Amino acid sequence: MSYLAYNVKSVPSGFSKVLHLNWPVIVLLSAIASVGFLMLYSVAGGSMSPWAEPQMKRFAVGMFLMICVAMVPVWFLRNIAGVAYGLSVLLLLAVEFFGATGMGAQRWIDLGFMRLQPSELTKITLIMFLAAYYDWVDIKKISRPIWVIIPVVIIALPMYLTLRQPDLGTSLLLAFGGGGIMFLAGVHWAYFAAVIGGAAGLVSAVFESRGTTWQLLKDYQYRRIDTFIDPASDPLGAGYHITQSKIALGSGGWTGRGYMQGTQSRLNFLPEKHTDFIFTTLAEEFGFIGGISLLSLYVLVLVFCVISALSNKNRFASLLTMGIGLTFFLFFAVNMSMVMGLAPVVGVPLPMVSYGGSAMIVLLLAFGLMQSAHVHRPR
Amino acid sequence: MKRSAKDVEESASILSRRGLILGGGMSVMTGILALRMRHLQVNQADQFRLLAEENRINIRLLPPARGQIFDRNGLMLAGNEQNYRVTLVRDEVDDPEAVLQAIARLIPMTREDMDHAREELRKRSRLVPVTIADRLSWEDLSQVAVNAPALPGITPEVGLSRTYPRGADYAHIVGYVGPVSDYDLSRIDDKDPLLQIPKFQIGKTGSENKLERALRGKAGTKRVEVNAIGRVMRELGRDESQKGANVQLTIDTRLQNFVQARLAGESAAAVVIDVETGDLVSIGSAPAFDPNLFVRGISVKDYGELTGNKYRPLANKAVQGTYPPGSTFKMVTALAGLEAGVIAPDEKIRCGGYTELASRRFHCWKRGGHGRMNLRDSLKQSCDVYYYELAQRVGIENISAMARRLGLGMRHDVPMSAVAGGLMPTKAWKKENRDKDWVIGDSLNASIGQGFVLASPLQLAVMTARIATGRSVTPRLVKSVDGVETPLEGGEPLGLDEEMLRQVRGGMFAVANEGGGTGAATRIVDKSLRMAGKTGTSQVRNITKAERARGVFRNSDLPWERRDHALYVGYAPADAPKYAVAVVVEHGGGGSTAAAPIARDIMLAAQVDGMPPLSAYPSSQRGRIRSSLGKLNIWDPDDPRPPETQA
Repeated sequence: MSYLAYNVKSVPSGFSKVLHLNWPVIVLLSAIASVGFLMLYSVAGGSMSPWAEPQMKRFAVGMFLMICVAMVPVWFLRNIAGVAYGLSVLLLLAVEFFGATGMGAQRWIDLGFMRLQPSELTKITLIMFLAAYYDWVDIKKISRPIWVIIPVVIIALPMYLTLRQPDLGTSLLLAFGGGGIMFLAGVHWAYFAAVIGGAAGLVSAVFESRGTTWQLLKDYQYRRIDTFIDPASDPLGAGYHITQSKIALGSGGWTGRGYMQGTQSRLNFLPEKHTDFIFTTLAEEFGFIGGISLLSLYVLVLVFCVISALSNKNRFASLLTMGIGLTFFLFFAVNMSMVMGLAPVVGVPLPMVSYGGSAMIVLLLAFGLMQSAHVHRPR
Repeated sequence: MKRSAKDVEESASILSRRGLILGGGMSVMTGILALRMRHLQVNQADQFRLLAEENRINIRLLPPARGQIFDRNGLMLAGNEQNYRVTLVRDEVDDPEAVLQAIARLIPMTREDMDHAREELRKRSRLVPVTIADRLSWEDLSQVAVNAPALPGITPEVGLSRTYPRGADYAHIVGYVGPVSDYDLSRIDDKDPLLQIPKFQIGKTGSENKLERALRGKAGTKRVEVNAIGRVMRELGRDESQKGANVQLTIDTRLQNFVQARLAGESAAAVVIDVETGDLVSIGSAPAFDPNLFVRGISVKDYGELTGNKYRPLANKAVQGTYPPGSTFKMVTALAGLEAGVIAPDEKIRCGGYTELASRRFHCWKRGGHGRMNLRDSLKQSCDVYYYELAQRVGIENISAMARRLGLGMRHDVPMSAVAGGLMPTKAWKKENRDKDWVIGDSLNASIGQGFVLASPLQLAVMTARIATGRSVTPRLVKSVDGVETPLEGGEPLGLDEEMLRQVRGGMFAVANEGGGTGAATRIVDKSLRMAGKTGTSQVRNITKAERARGVFRNSDLPWERRDHALYVGYAPADAPKYAVAVVVEHGGGGSTAAAPIARDIMLAAQVDGMPPLSAYPSSQRGRIRSSLGKLNIWDPDDPRPPETQA
């Protein structure tokens, strides 16, 4: 087994592992989460409840879990990747049968103490499993059709299940995340060209199918696409989110309107102001400077991930770290594109900032994996 | 499986290469995000800042209080009273029906009120307050206010609503206000934003309508911050509204009430004018209606009763109604003849009961004829033949010109609805409007105020005042606006010879006071209060030969709408005129029997500024007068109690 190749003695053990954590990432994540607390305090009208306080507790739990995961040897993680993937797909199936419906979409299982969104978990386990797969598969066979179809099936299965929930945003994130790993692992260019071509075909098919009996998406998803293309067409109806969001962002200007002075969020013009659209409140109250600062924090996290990945000689660890970095990037890039009118409103939260339990905990678990890879890197 | 070092090397280099490519892709995307952020927040910031302000700031109009209307003595005729009401915002309640039921348990609400409230809630926007109960007592409002925490979406409010404390007495003069309608908006050219307020009250008739600009006032504004669902969060600034100007009319409420009470039961009108100033001290039109009904929103049933009434309560007969003036016109013909010099006051003309002209007989009202008449007798006994002769001598153009000098055939500028211009025909008028040549018969008819001649009671009062003074008395209804006295108009001498006027006035004195005068039965015995006047009975139609054959001679044999109009014009005191009056009783029969008694009572009331003194009546009539005056629906103008609605 390949982990035997490592010089185990050079890897830290016991509590000394804590010293070898990627501390810059932890500091950056804490800084980003603090921005979130600040904004949640602001959108609640200057109050810890109902959002800022629970978010802080979850962050504390998430941080603890992250460090716990970081202590687990990365080769163990690789060995359980398949099980983790299988478990999360089973949970997705469970949602299909036992899940509760929130906001018109069936997305979570009530575990009593918390609501679990298996689709969140799947984003991570998929990355893990694909990283393990490409660690295992022979580099020479990597571009052979049979060895390409297997990961495609691995990606398509949870994609299909999340699409059924229906959760277009997560489904697309899975596609991009999984595709990213395949790309990194070195699958031949031609496949990606084919997929992009196929996707273009699918998009046109999606539009073609509209209004017919074989309609591929729900009506509300079509409407979101419509309003993405032309938000002004329905400023008080479906385009309301985007229009108000852009007004909030734009009215922030260079320096913003001041903390807790954003009229758009305070007067409820912003929809989902504590979850998906929280970035607009930040941009309204702290302006371009505030927005760019948060973006910089995200980019720094990404830079540390990429450095850690590229300096890691373990293929699984490297792929895993890159995959987690990519997922993190997809989260904030899609969310920001969405609120700035560059992408349709697909319901992707702003990582570490948006209010929401499972998203934050799962993200911190993912960074636990990244930390584990970092701590246990071959030296 | 074991891998070769070469494979590991290769896979690591692919991973690094692809990792850098992906990193590059992410950098490009991040760059796009930063540029987009810059575009929205820096380049377009001003535009979005403006949009955010537009989102947030709402400008609300503050309606001004409407100006009040007072009578000449400062009694309020139209005011604003606090109106307590309860409104409900649909959006703030889950179950509006439950709230309605809860409200109905607190305050009296009829089934119609409830249905109306439900209808309004269904029709109006979910965000606007809908009035569900109106005109509540303070106690009822308090009930709601105390229970407000248990009644979501409910707000007790205080507004102003128009009130007419004098009720029906001023229905036609002051008129009433009502909510602005689409028809109003299409008809009037007014950019005032107040008119865009739903249900904003504007003057619909009478002075309320004609003096709208002065009474309305100027809108104020308040800037409020609203949230996304339109709820007001706080007030940012306010620019107070300006109350409308107060208006004082020339009407005397005590006399106005007497006139309305005296006219009650008839379809009649009376105008009293101060001959020195032209002030209209009373403008009566009966039947009247309670204008407060219109402010509250008149029921279909009540409105149907008003429009279906053959006495036409909604019409202001004093200024809108035009009637053939009949014999009250004879002073005009007499003055035209005297001024043209075609007759001397003492010259006698024989009345044989008719004048035969172009093989047509023009009858005098007295079949047997009056015998030889001079000017004074012709007025006193109202001989028609005398005026037929005069008409032939002086011609229609002179008569018409004299009528105009005396204020007939012209529209007087008083702020009331549909003020009529009447009609004083000339040869050119007939050619133009009837496409026929003037014939001498037309002149004969016109000479006794029949035929084409039409005049309103207001015009007849002005005519009488001008004869009484020899000056161009011009009617005035508005005494002051916002404390600024309305300048008196007219009053300059008409240029009529004083001797001529004395002769005509002598005839009018004889009518009202001398034995044999058509108005002698209604004479006033108190010398200081005596009046001079002229009766008139104007035919609505001729009695046909067939009817004559059936034995229909008298008015009382005809159905009401075909009976003669009864008229009376007069002034008093006879020797030093102060007031002039014109009375028209629609289809009342003879002027001396139907109109003259009313005119006498009104003239006495005007002169003594109170109830007519019994001592002014001939002793033989006092008993009857006492009982009839006692039955009048008179109320003390100083009594704050609202009057009963008159029928």
